[in-house]
Amino acid sequence: MISYILRRILYAVPILIGVNVITFMLFFVVNTPDDMARMQLGMKRVTDEAILKWKEERGYNKPVVWNSEAQSFEKITNTIFFENSIKLFVFDFGRSDNGRDISYDISQRMWPSLAITVPSLLLGLFSYISFGLILAFFRGTYVDVSGVILCVIMMSISGLFYIIGGQYLIGKTLHLVPISGYDTGWEAIKFTILPVVVGLVGGIGASTRWYRTLFLEEMNKDYVRTARAKGLSETRVLYQHVFMNGLIPILTGVVVLLPTLFIGSLIIESFFAIPGLGSYTIDAINAQDFAIVRSMVFLGSVLYIIGLILTDISYTLVDPRVRLN
Amino acid sequence: MPVIFITDAFIFLLLAMVIGFVFYARRHEHLRAPWREVAKRPLAMSAAVVLLVYIVIGLLDSLHFHPALDEPDNQGNTVYSTEINSVLDLLLNDLRQNTERTYSAPLAAHAFAKEIIEQEDGTQVRDYPRLLYGGAYLNNPETERVPDILLRSFIGILMGVFIGSILLLLFVWLQAKRMQLNARNIFQRLIKDELDVPWYAILLTVSVLLIIFSIIFQLSGHYHVFGTDKVGQDILYQAVKSIRTGLVIGTLTTLVMLPFAIMMGLMAGYFRGWIDDVIQYLYTTLNSIPGVLLIAASILLLQVYIGKHEAEFTSLEQRADLRLLFLCIILGITSWTGLCRLLRAETLKLREVDYVQAAKAFGVGNFKIMMRHLLPNVMHIVMISIVLDFSGLVLAEAVLSYINIGVDPSMHSWGNMINGARLEMARDPVVWWSLAASFIFMFLLVLAANLFSDAVRDAFDPRLRGID
Repeated sequence: MISYILRRILYAVPILIGVNVITFMLFFVVNTPDDMARMQLGMKRVTDEAILKWKEERGYNKPVVWNSEAQSFEKITNTIFFENSIKLFVFDFGRSDNGRDISYDISQRMWPSLAITVPSLLLGLFSYISFGLILAFFRGTYVDVSGVILCVIMMSISGLFYIIGGQYLIGKTLHLVPISGYDTGWEAIKFTILPVVVGLVGGIGASTRWYRTLFLEEMNKDYVRTARAKGLSETRVLYQHVFMNGLIPILTGVVVLLPTLFIGSLIIESFFAIPGLGSYTIDAINAQDFAIVRSMVFLGSVLYIIGLILTDISYTLVDPRVRLN
Repeated sequence: MPVIFITDAFIFLLLAMVIGFVFYARRHEHLRAPWREVAKRPLAMSAAVVLLVYIVIGLLDSLHFHPALDEPDNQGNTVYSTEINSVLDLLLNDLRQNTERTYSAPLAAHAFAKEIIEQEDGTQVRDYPRLLYGGAYLNNPETERVPDILLRSFIGILMGVFIGSILLLLFVWLQAKRMQLNARNIFQRLIKDELDVPWYAILLTVSVLLIIFSIIFQLSGHYHVFGTDKVGQDILYQAVKSIRTGLVIGTLTTLVMLPFAIMMGLMAGYFRGWIDDVIQYLYTTLNSIPGVLLIAASILLLQVYIGKHEAEFTSLEQRADLRLLFLCIILGITSWTGLCRLLRAETLKLREVDYVQAAKAFGVGNFKIMMRHLLPNVMHIVMISIVLDFSGLVLAEAVLSYINIGVDPSMHSWGNMINGARLEMARDPVVWWSLAASFIFMFLLVLAANLFSDAVRDAFDPRLRGID
């Protein structure tokens, strides 16, 4: 088992290097630091000295990958590639373009993100699976048909409308909870309710339908026929056999999401002014702060890969048919 | 003088491909059978009618030209305006040019906010001014407006019903001629749904659409059906113009990524070994970069590029168009991995099948095996993923435009409309119409696409048969 995990982790290294090279190419080769400086300082009327100064403050004035003027190891280390890309591997994100410590910001902003995503995931799983099971139980009846139609209709509405509608209805008209914002400590709960509910409602259509199909597929399998043939009641077949076996794909599907919970939801956070990593990213995109965007790209890929590794491990734990080789 | 944008060229290329495919599929039974299955579903056919309307509008909006100015220059040659219009603009000329000064509610005759109006006797009052076009021909809007709207709607309904009935009669007559039966017989079959295709659903959808169109047609000449926005532009016009953007994103993205996904998926599954490893590595790496961030980074790059090469773009429209194409490419790069993985898995299975082994034993080349034996047998996966991706991409456009990494802000798109309307929701009273219009137009398109794609998926996916 341990050697399997080690192998999976080793396999992740070339992928991370790939991500790193791609982001480096995007941000420093296709788009030189000069362009970035010009963009930050205003496109037209900008002097060369101002660009030089801007680059110097951020360490972008070094050679790209090979510093021929420096001594021994410095030839490699004293370059943009080493300073800005290699250091990401030890999670040293450096400073953002306006001088803030990115690692500190991330460690602070991670918690509000989690405060939204964790309840959303748990409540969502519970309600979507219940709805899916109900529709599967009533398959072929009017309950099922109208449920599926409702799902398709809800799927066809853009998530933006759920957010705007929720804010307007619950926040502005009914005054139940604050429209947006965040607070420290337990006060934060009342700010998290609306985003969680909106996220939940927005996902109902697609997820319920997905779980319904999953359970229906499971119900078409041979062991279900056997269970019915030996005279088990339909409820028991559904909850003991179908549900338990359906959990395997559900669990492994959730595991891949777990690490990405840290990143938060871009849209929900920026709409509800939650100071999490999602809105951090959006702000960085709007302010064209390349250092933050670069760090978030790297962090996102790391978390995604961790999710993949966890999925593989959980497969081997849950499903005895999967062999380690 | 015609102008061809890059996306226009791609759209017509796509159209040619679809027409070509239709002719090809007509002669091949295995391709015809699933589509016949789709055609038997009433809901799918209604959705197809709605989609067709959107597509026609989108195509009309893709024929661009420089309009000729009225006055020729002193040598008698026609002078062309620098403005770029589409055929759709020509049809909606009134809507486009009848702009108010600022916000006005749907079907209103007065502006939304009070202004200081100078009266004939020189005194000034603060009141809601009359609109320049909305209900401008009414003498006394307070009493005349509602009856006028009702009358026009009624005329619209009559007109819709009239055209609908003509279509129905024409249809019955044509079918009667084709099937050598009398008209009454055909009519009964139509109502009882005993024809080969659920024509009743199609005709019903067409009639409903006709009635809605004629009501809007009757009203839009004298009112702003969906109101006007901050700069006084008609919301209906914006929503209709946004159709092209939505369709381009939904279709061109798939077109761009399809060759890559198919080639890579087939190669990985067929050759296995190091080719498989490289391709798997490629898509895992691309997949692990968060899609939104990749898009954001690329759009930032494009902005820098445009900033540096400003002189190369002759018009704002061309710049916006390049950005649209670029967005399609980037969305394609982030979304081809899913299809590629599916194709790889399927090809891994197919390469062991007897006919592929036989072809190999006969010494058929690898490329030929992939094209003739593997590709036709994975086409159903490609077809399903094309239709399933479409609605997701239309929705994604709105979200991306909201975070300013979508289409150009100067381009008409539902995302930009929603983005603009966001702040208007905070006004009191609320300016809701621009949001409502984009909601309705987007919802109809996505709903139709979802319903249609469900039918296509059920018809093409052998695994799903017998479940629903």
